[in-house]
Amino acid sequence: MMALDIYARRRATNVVAMLLSGLAAAVGLAFLIWILWITVKNGLSAMDFKLFTKITAYADEGGLANAIVGSLIMDMIALAICAPVGVLAGTFLAEYANRTRLGAVIRFLNDILLSAPSIVLGLFVYVIIVLPMSNLTHGAVSFSGLAGAIALALIGLPVIVRTTDEMLQLVPGTLREAALSLGIPQWKLTVQVLMRAAVSGIVTGVLLALARLAGETAPLLFTAFGNNFMVANPLDKMASIPVAIYQYTNDPNPALHAIAWAGALLITLFVLLLSLSARWYLHRHQVTHD
Amino acid sequence: MPSNPAIAVIRNADQRSRADARHDVWFRGLLKACALLVLVALLGAAFSTLWGGREVLFGQGLHFLTSDAWNPVSGDYGALAPIFGTLVTSIIALILAVPLSFGIALFLTEIAPTWLRGPVATAIELLASIPSIIYGMWGLFVFVPFMARVEPGLSATLGRIPLLGKLFEGPPIGLGLLTAGIVLAVMILPFVSSVMREVFQTVPNRLKESSYALGSTTWEVVWDIVLPYTRSAVIGGIFLGLGRALGETMAVTFVLGNAYNITSSLLMPGTSISSSIANEFNEAVGTHRSALIALGFLLFVVTFIVLLVSRLMLRQLARREGA
Repeated sequence: MMALDIYARRRATNVVAMLLSGLAAAVGLAFLIWILWITVKNGLSAMDFKLFTKITAYADEGGLANAIVGSLIMDMIALAICAPVGVLAGTFLAEYANRTRLGAVIRFLNDILLSAPSIVLGLFVYVIIVLPMSNLTHGAVSFSGLAGAIALALIGLPVIVRTTDEMLQLVPGTLREAALSLGIPQWKLTVQVLMRAAVSGIVTGVLLALARLAGETAPLLFTAFGNNFMVANPLDKMASIPVAIYQYTNDPNPALHAIAWAGALLITLFVLLLSLSARWYLHRHQVTHD
Repeated sequence: MPSNPAIAVIRNADQRSRADARHDVWFRGLLKACALLVLVALLGAAFSTLWGGREVLFGQGLHFLTSDAWNPVSGDYGALAPIFGTLVTSIIALILAVPLSFGIALFLTEIAPTWLRGPVATAIELLASIPSIIYGMWGLFVFVPFMARVEPGLSATLGRIPLLGKLFEGPPIGLGLLTAGIVLAVMILPFVSSVMREVFQTVPNRLKESSYALGSTTWEVVWDIVLPYTRSAVIGGIFLGLGRALGETMAVTFVLGNAYNITSSLLMPGTSISSSIANEFNEAVGTHRSALIALGFLLFVVTFIVLLVSRLMLRQLARREGA
């Protein structure tokens, strides 16, 4: 009788735990659907061709044209900085420092940089770029798209370092041995054999970094600042979609909130599609390597 | 006398291998410099914020950490209210996100049918891809009004519990520490749950199968075998979530209410380190700006330590796996 009681209780505990864990997954999914649904619903109803032709303004007639251009410019500069640096750094970790102490320390710190608060990276760029530029030019250049791009590059860098490192480690060692046995110098082996073998994985890492940095707002607030004019000069203050969303949302005018939602939909679609396809690609890539 | 062609070939090869060796050194140097940039970025972030905040950090010393005054007019800055807000919202986020993440990881590794695992795991991880400004907007326009409807109910039920009830007293305006904590919980959910899921998968099948063979239920296997085996990594995952929650800016800035309060009620508006910086930086000058950068330094140091602990705990499992 006792034994049966205990058995029933253990089974009941098990069933409750299973149900709760299913519920937890459902709660997680529910929040995802809730947030996406709200973004799509509000974004679509505010989507308008005028958003792409009008620049940001704090009246009912605002648009996003300069923010879209600014985001594109800054994201591209950021990638141009962090992609080469990140790929080379990741290569160093995988090929030259794989089992050294320095390699372990850098890999470890890179993982920390990956989760470091982005607003502090913004402050960092403010102190080392915005302030000195402002002092050197007597205030003619202070906040700039370039500074914003550098802050974004710091966000993307660890993502690229890590994927490059991991992707190169997936390249079979026999490839290295075969190339070295032909007398190829190590730099040629790295660039012409290993990087070529891992190129799809490395590109995916760059796309993941783009997905990560394209949605960032906090590091842009005091580096690129924002601008209500259309500018292409990276030494000017520059608007961006996330900062425009932030400013429109802070405004009490509901017409501007609608524009903010349209911007939110644009940036969310961009980021989600990018990271989904990168994930799908990585996943497929890893499977073929097994 | 014409030179011997064999010697020319050897000399040529010799030159070539010297050049190769030289290029190898350059290439290695270039790669190393790039890798060291990661180090420079982290050290730079620490020292530049220390430098930018020196006026307040060294000028006010301990007063900065212990005072709850934040008065740009009189130039009196104390970080206690933002620190309080950051800690309280992050703790709320952990209290909510840790059990949920554990449930999700359990669901994805032990319960769900195999065909369902991939899609659900990807969907949960998508939460991590959504930009934080979107969480902020959703929080402000949708979740705050929702909380404003829920909060009177909370005050009427939980608010009646002695002692604990103090946490749920206050005006049901929707904005505040509790709302920010919940938004943060949703944000860190994918990070914590994906670490837990990954480490649960590293538990050797023979351990689980032995336990099943002795008649354990799924829950007992998870609680008595999987969890003890992965304890350090699970704590690492929780700290990773904490690090994320401490530094998150845009998601909490809209829903906190930006008030320099230290209150016992979670329904009251507050502020956090990151949202103070985001809200005030561009209007701040002089000492005020220095105080905000000093806040950034504090935030960086605290998150660095939390993330350091997290990575150390996560590495323990990786090492055991390799052994």
